[in-house]
Amino acid sequence: MGFLDIRNVTKSYGSVKVLHQVDIEVEEGEFLVLVGPSGCGKSTLLNMIAGLEGITSGDIAIKGRVVNGVHPSKRNIAMVFQSYALYPNMTVGQNMTFGLEMHGVPKAEREKALADVARLLQIENLLDRKPGQLSGGQRQRVAMGRALVRDPDVFLFDEPLSNLDAKLRVDMRTEIKKLHEKLKTTIVYVTHDQIEAMTLSTRIAVMYRGYVQQLGTPREIYDAPANVYVATFMGSPAMNVLPARVTMRDGVPHAEIAVRDGANRFLKFSQANMAAWEGREILLGIRPEAITDPDGADRNSRNIVALTNRIGVTEPAGADTYVTMELGGKDIVARMRADANVAPGADFEFAVNMDKAVAFDPETEDRIAP
Amino acid sequence: MAPAQQDTAVHTGRIARTFIYVVLLVFALFYLLPFFVMLVNSLKPLSEITDGNMMALPRAWTLEPWRQAWSSAQIGVQPTGLKPYFVNSLLMVVPAVAITTVLGALNGYVLTKWTFPGHRIIFGLLLFTCFIPFQIVLIPMATVLGKLGLAGSIPGLILVHCVYGIGFSTLYYRNYYAAFPTELVRAAMIDGAGFFRIFFRIMLPVSGPITVVSVIWLFTNIWNDFLFGASFGGQSQPMTVALNNLVQSSTGVKEYNVHFAGAILAALPTLVVYIVAGRYFVRGLMAGSVKG
Repeated sequence: MGFLDIRNVTKSYGSVKVLHQVDIEVEEGEFLVLVGPSGCGKSTLLNMIAGLEGITSGDIAIKGRVVNGVHPSKRNIAMVFQSYALYPNMTVGQNMTFGLEMHGVPKAEREKALADVARLLQIENLLDRKPGQLSGGQRQRVAMGRALVRDPDVFLFDEPLSNLDAKLRVDMRTEIKKLHEKLKTTIVYVTHDQIEAMTLSTRIAVMYRGYVQQLGTPREIYDAPANVYVATFMGSPAMNVLPARVTMRDGVPHAEIAVRDGANRFLKFSQANMAAWEGREILLGIRPEAITDPDGADRNSRNIVALTNRIGVTEPAGADTYVTMELGGKDIVARMRADANVAPGADFEFAVNMDKAVAFDPETEDRIAP
Repeated sequence: MAPAQQDTAVHTGRIARTFIYVVLLVFALFYLLPFFVMLVNSLKPLSEITDGNMMALPRAWTLEPWRQAWSSAQIGVQPTGLKPYFVNSLLMVVPAVAITTVLGALNGYVLTKWTFPGHRIIFGLLLFTCFIPFQIVLIPMATVLGKLGLAGSIPGLILVHCVYGIGFSTLYYRNYYAAFPTELVRAAMIDGAGFFRIFFRIMLPVSGPITVVSVIWLFTNIWNDFLFGASFGGQSQPMTVALNNLVQSSTGVKEYNVHFAGAILAALPTLVVYIVAGRYFVRGLMAGSVKG
């Protein structure tokens, strides 16, 4: 049994089912990120943990106590909202201690908790200001401070960084991560930003259409996505998914990829068990960073395959140069070193790291191998 | 050196501009002239008016008509002046406005932040009260007031005005609170605040502009109401009815100067409310309507 248990939880609005049988166990001190596109049910799930929305069926338990139907204020949780939700008529200090005041904590204790958290977040000089006088980043800190003051069992974050500009978002991301490492609190964090999910979490639940598509560590999600949806959602640019056929050459399974010029390309699989799919169609998934110029190829890989193909478009992005080309009837993105010698329209020999390739069943779109 | 001014105004020709100002001036005069006549004539002896100098400034300035209108003029059969009726109006308008505003705010709060199945219908029905003509409810209202034992009393009038005002105050507050972020209410719920705490500590402190709108609107309407006052006032008639009795009396000399003073007295409270709170009025109207 976990610290926060979500057992077979579903949510329906009338006949519309928005969450299907969600089952997640969160350990104490874990940083769970719920990630998915808008409308996938991640915020609904968070609101259900908070008690702001009812549970249609299933149980949610915090520290072994089932909290279905328990009022939000009695679950010992704290929530940071997307809009920060700071009370505009109160000062920062009053905002942060409002919850303690409502719970009948004596004034001296409130002051002490406030001082501790203010020092931790370095907002001591803001305590007498109104929220309207703060910048976006400061409001964000205050919103987190208000949650921290309560010293709750579980912190809930509802897309807390989405209102910040790009640079501040990266700074605050680091700060949240540091805070979690320092305080070892249990956090459930909702975002639609897969980079936030990867960088912050100890585990990720990728959600889509009311289902948890995959639950795992960031590395598991990235390297071994459960299906095509997870594979293409996580990672930027997205994983290339192209149709291929499994063929045996010298007793080793290869992915045969049809190309317009008729000379099909063969990519040797690292996974011997792909032989079971001989002669069948699959979807081959290769991340952009696994298709590089030969000098940029991963030296630790046991299976680098050379692939000659015509370069379509080059997109220098500073640190890297992205190359778009056509392969298997799809536009494929490859990531080169910044100074790789690539020119649009030229034939180029790419190095494909097939250790990192994954294969999906074209029917179910679930992963076959490794 | 002054910074260069960015020219953003659309230029209107000099002639057109003069024309606009002249027209505006004429309109202003049109509205101010009656008030000027009232004020000037309330400050002169009756003889100066009957001499036919309505527009002239008083030759002998006097406050006597004001004193008479306030404390000794014949209202109906009693020479009481308008004072007791003024007090009646105040006793009626202050509680009526207070109760209606508070109930409207609570309604708006519930209809936006604690919605329940059918809340739209309830709001629609409340809005409907804004469109019911006063005359239609006179007889049913008289029956109800009689059954409640409130006929002819100030509490009876307060009840009538609350019933009529609640539609408007609910409309104002509902639209204002619709723009109020629901996340704030949710945050307060998690913080442990209950229904009334959220209302008094979170919602009400930021409701200033819409409260001003609601108070001005209700105060003006209730103070100026004549029909309900005349129908249900009984022994405690409001200012408007008394003014009518003063001005329309068919016996004796028509003391125009006293009538003018009385009319200004009757209009004064609403005027004061507008001047004190008026600049919030427009702001509040905008806040309620545009964002809602």
